[in-house]
Amino acid sequence: MLFWLDLVLVLLVLTNLRLLGSSRLASCIRTVAAQAVLLGVLPLVAHPHDVSLRVVALCLAGAAMKAGVLPWLLRRAVVSANVRSEVEPLVGFTTSLLLGIVLLGVAIHVAGQLPLPDDAGSPLLMPVALFTTVVGLFVIVSRVKAVMQALGYLAMENGVYAFGLAFAVHEPLLVEMGILLDVFVAVLVMGITIHHISREFEHIDTDRLSSLKD
Amino acid sequence: MIWALLLIPAVAGLLCLVLRPNAPRRALLVLAALGHSAAVAWAWADADGRRSAAIGAWMAIDEASLVFLSITSLLFLAAAVYAVGYLARENREPQHNPEDGLPFENYSETVFTGCLLAFLATMSLVAVSRHLGLIWVAVEATTLVSAPLIYFHRHHRSLEATWKYLVICSVGIALALLGNFFLVVATRAGGGEPIPLLLQDLTAGAARLDHAWLKAAFLLLLVGYGTKMGLAPMHTWLPDAHSEAPSLVSALLSGALLNCAFLAILRVHGLMVSAGLGDFSRELLVLFGLLSMALASVFILNQADFKRMLAYSSVEHMGILALGIGIGGLAGYGSMLHAVNHSLTKGMLFLAAGNILAACRTKSTLAARDLLRRLPVSGLLWLVGFLAITGSPPFGPFLSELTILKGMLDAGNVAVAVGYLLALAVVFVGMASVVLQMLYAPVEAVELAGDAASHEAAPRVKGRAAEPQREPEPLWSIVPPLALAAAVLVLGLWVPAPLAEMLQRAAAVVGVN
Amino acid sequence: MAICAALLHVLLALVLAPLLLGIINRTKALVAGRRGQPLLQTYYDLAKLLCKGAVYSRTTTWVFRMGPVVALAGLLLVLPMIPLGGVPAVVAFQGDLLLVAYLLGVARFATVLAALDTGSSFEGMGASREVQFSALAEPALILGLAAMAVQAAQALQAQPLSLTAIYAAIRPETLPQAGPVLLLVAAALAAVFLAENARIPVDDPNTHLELTMIHEVMVLDHGGPDFALIQYTAALKLWVLGTLLVGVLVPVRSGWPLVDLLAGVLGLGILAVFTGLVESTLARLRLVRVPQFLVAASVLSILALFLVLR
Repeated sequence: MLFWLDLVLVLLVLTNLRLLGSSRLASCIRTVAAQAVLLGVLPLVAHPHDVSLRVVALCLAGAAMKAGVLPWLLRRAVVSANVRSEVEPLVGFTTSLLLGIVLLGVAIHVAGQLPLPDDAGSPLLMPVALFTTVVGLFVIVSRVKAVMQALGYLAMENGVYAFGLAFAVHEPLLVEMGILLDVFVAVLVMGITIHHISREFEHIDTDRLSSLKD
Repeated sequence: MIWALLLIPAVAGLLCLVLRPNAPRRALLVLAALGHSAAVAWAWADADGRRSAAIGAWMAIDEASLVFLSITSLLFLAAAVYAVGYLARENREPQHNPEDGLPFENYSETVFTGCLLAFLATMSLVAVSRHLGLIWVAVEATTLVSAPLIYFHRHHRSLEATWKYLVICSVGIALALLGNFFLVVATRAGGGEPIPLLLQDLTAGAARLDHAWLKAAFLLLLVGYGTKMGLAPMHTWLPDAHSEAPSLVSALLSGALLNCAFLAILRVHGLMVSAGLGDFSRELLVLFGLLSMALASVFILNQADFKRMLAYSSVEHMGILALGIGIGGLAGYGSMLHAVNHSLTKGMLFLAAGNILAACRTKSTLAARDLLRRLPVSGLLWLVGFLAITGSPPFGPFLSELTILKGMLDAGNVAVAVGYLLALAVVFVGMASVVLQMLYAPVEAVELAGDAASHEAAPRVKGRAAEPQREPEPLWSIVPPLALAAAVLVLGLWVPAPLAEMLQRAAAVVGVN
Repeated sequence: MAICAALLHVLLALVLAPLLLGIINRTKALVAGRRGQPLLQTYYDLAKLLCKGAVYSRTTTWVFRMGPVVALAGLLLVLPMIPLGGVPAVVAFQGDLLLVAYLLGVARFATVLAALDTGSSFEGMGASREVQFSALAEPALILGLAAMAVQAAQALQAQPLSLTAIYAAIRPETLPQAGPVLLLVAAALAAVFLAENARIPVDDPNTHLELTMIHEVMVLDHGGPDFALIQYTAALKLWVLGTLLVGVLVPVRSGWPLVDLLAGVLGLGILAVFTGLVESTLARLRLVRVPQFLVAASVLSILALFLVLR
């Protein structure tokens, strides 16, 4: 089972790198959706003996929402905003990729500092979850378009969620549903706000949202 | 009782969404606020009833919950009453953006009222939750329901503020979620059964928690909820959101929402103390507290926008709260008292600021002048609020800030005390120069002070400058801040024994002794 | 037995390498709906070129004439050091992977010098691009091989630094554990394979516009036997880099070197078909995007290295 788990984790890393290196909004949206699908598979391969109906249902719900509904919402926001489909980074794609690999190194190092619980599965789990979170953060600060910031937030949330799934953090159902719902509403509200931004400013470049400052 | 606290605002909020006519909806808002306050009063009266938990041990009202619930409820009541007059006025007059003079529309009032009530419901949920996961869900929910509130005035500045608020707070909250997961791993790292994230279970099993994971978890939770609380350097959303939101929303954000995030941090701090890592979390709290105070005091100097000035003052006071908890002992109690005082004072100040904004149509400290003659009551409130918030006697914050100072000196932390006093002094001077000019300087000064202040508003003000005429001040907009001011004054002169006891116990509940 | 298979591999490489180009071209033609040139067209071209005389510009020096010869010599030296999956190399010693990488570098260096020697601006441009891209492709190649070396060291509890030992350590039974790493390295090697052999999406071997050429524009001034050497060198390079890739992707280690050899050669043929398919379906990258493509390949190699080193 280790093979599949490692494979999923490596694919997760690759989606992150693609998010950093991709120049098209549409492909970034697809990448984050693919990430969500991988997340849906993760608990099944991480804890194959621990698969209950509840886990499967949660994975399905999460994947359906993050890989289906939210990308659809964001794509609609992009279309309705009628913006150019380039990402417009503040940090170049090649630099982002190289920074990404540095961040991965840092994540592996940091994860090495913390003692892992016995059933952690693969020693890669923790670094990959951290890496995904940090990449999301990096995308939020280094990309201009509001949609990219929403995507960065999603990627970050994916990283956090990967951590939770990987360590079989069995939150009670209520909390899990609450988390899912919150993420959903967060992106929904962001989508609505993006729509307003595009109507008000005729662009969604957040570096030009700069009238408020000291 | 718990269900009453949650369901009254939630149901009323839903009703508001479907209620078309204005008058009953506004009445419902006030009624729901009253109902919520009644439920809180019931909780005060019925000590046994409030301890009984709901859905497992997930929700219960302990002393800390009760303190923060009371603050929230009181402030919301004031804001709801204020909202009745505010919404009526907003509906009547054409709207112009005070900065660039462009006209704009309001977001639908139905949604605004509904979100306002939902905001109260989610904040109550934060206060009564005893499960860290549920607290997370509730804190995130407060962000989401308050975003439309900030965007009530539909112009580009409020939109920018809303976007920053959404993104920065969501990122912070996501980090807090990671912190929660770290906490779960900390319960299992030693091998053995995982402990559910219920506060009492965690406290009982605190000895078993793995320290490395626990420290990492606390750091993430502090940064995450600290973003929401407005601790520097994660405070950047706060001045924007507070200055662009309608004033009553600013009052709620500053007086209630920040406190909720503070409560979340307190819960985790209590856990750290029982796990024997109290020193680690205390040091971090002191660090963030001092940093917030220092940063806010710098930005308050020469602030050109009076609502931003209040926002930075909130950052400063959140710093004081964190600092007090970090010092512990008497300062911990002082911190609790200060949370109450700050909320009431800041709520009053923001409501007064709303009156000034409505009358002068500008947020510029250079254009809004001669307030004592133009708006006698609001001007007086502005003066009182300034004195109170900067810690002058005989108002509440003076007492609590002094208590925190005494706590510091008792603990022998002279260096921290010096930094604390220095920041307070800078803030006092900075706010005094702004506020006193607003109150006493004649409007003519605007012409001399340069028209950099505003392009559109200045000529309008100049037109009136010849004889500063008294602006009307409707009762709706005066009574709520006056009531809050009275409360602040009373708390400065005399802290009722039940309240003092409750605050002591609240401090003990969250592990500050 | 093993040494026979190794020698046979070198022989097959020398004979069959031009066939790979034929397979690629045929695949592209079929996908495009044409019949295409005969599979053996490259051989015919080589024969025709060898029969011709060479023309040299007066501005060129001996450097220009030396280029194709040195390039071919480099490749001929590399060939005995390359294992084909389970088939060992004729010569194997610690650190031969670095020698291989740098012999390939020498071959490229000679070609670049020859291009610069003509003094033509087009060829200078091509040379600069060639050097830029191969400088970016080299880390991907070496780090990828390094990742496999570490992987092999962990599997064998030894320090194998020769290509033969590294490729011998890839066995079907170690795949579950090493699979993700090998897949990453394979992806990186595939990118290097396409870039170094001037294939789409990095370069287009069929383009007729000097401005967009990279590799082809460097050899515009060569003719006759010199050009035949260059073509043949290119075919050998395709074979060599293809071998490195196939060794990872076709983990047939039967113990009978001849079977392994057959599997490897078949794998190379399939690789050629795939290359043709890739060339038919992908568009060429804009020149500014090529470095990003190659950096991404290096990133994959580094990722693989992280995975085995963790």
